[in-house]
Amino acid sequence: MEVKEVVSILNAKVICGKQYLDKSVDFGFASDLMSDVLTLDADNILLITGLSNLQTIRTLEMSDICVVILARDKKASKGMIELAIESDLLIIETEKSMFKTAGLLFEAGLKSVY
Amino acid sequence: MVEETISLQYKIDGGDFKKAGYASSQIKKRLQKLNIHPKVIKKIVIALYEAEINVVAYAYDAVIRIEIGNETVKVKIKDNGPGIQDINQAMEKGYSTASSKIREMGFGAGMGLSNMKKNSDKFDIKSKINEGTEINIINYRINIKNENN
Ligand SMILES: Nc1ncnc2c1ncn2[C@@H]1O[C@H](COP(=O)(O)OP(=O)(O)OP(=O)(O)O)[C@@H](O)[C@H]1O
Ligand SMILES: [Mg+2]
Repeated sequence: MEVKEVVSILNAKVICGKQYLDKSVDFGFASDLMSDVLTLDADNILLITGLSNLQTIRTLEMSDICVVILARDKKASKGMIELAIESDLLIIETEKSMFKTAGLLFEAGLKSVY
Repeated sequence: MVEETISLQYKIDGGDFKKAGYASSQIKKRLQKLNIHPKVIKKIVIALYEAEINVVAYAYDAVIRIEIGNETVKVKIKDNGPGIQDINQAMEKGYSTASSKIREMGFGAGMGLSNMKKNSDKFDIKSKINEGTEINIINYRINIKNENN
């Protein structure tokens, strides 16, 4: 599924990385626990999280995950956006809950990791 | 063929969560310029980042040393810190002494050390109480062209 489809399904706001909207993702993973995210082996993962801090972006960078959805109206800080741009990452914000975000994307065909 | 080794060294400070991951990020960028397979780079930087978070969370400071050879990438993380009382227990999935501050940052699930081991071809950890912890990791480089992974 292309990231731009994700954005339209959620009617979400792209904070940075608009030039990567053509990228495609196969799996979704929802967690506030970066410890868990770091253990994932799959490729082309999209992360849904309620944790919005610098380590969220560092975790994406190290895990080769190129897109994160900050759910439930969590906002990306200036520092997070700078780091994300440096590593070519997409940050998307939505007011929807993690549950609803995950549900809508699962319904649209995004696979679960486990 | 003559073994050419590139050595890198980074210092990390404990306690500063804002900077955690900076060294891993710099190292990732260096490895990407050296024609190392992305899957190998991912293993190395995941383990490094876990180690960096542990230093920030539990130790005072640390030195990271990387040696990139033709066949292997070796990583050493040596910290000054309280050390680990029972390494077998610390390696268990789910064992954690993380503070609430660390948990609020998205860590403290007790997965880090076992994940470092999972992402290493060779993994060794030793620790002395009131001195510190030393972790040595070796990962083999795989050929970009005839990929067998
Ligand atoms: N460098 C270190 N110095 C002192 N104690 C450590 C060090 N690294 C780990 N520990 C101890 O080992 C425990 C387990 O570490 P591990 O990295 O596996 O999990 P965690 O840091 O608690 O959580 P996670 O890594 O999943 O976020 C820690 O809670 C801590 O008590
Ligand atoms: Mg840890």
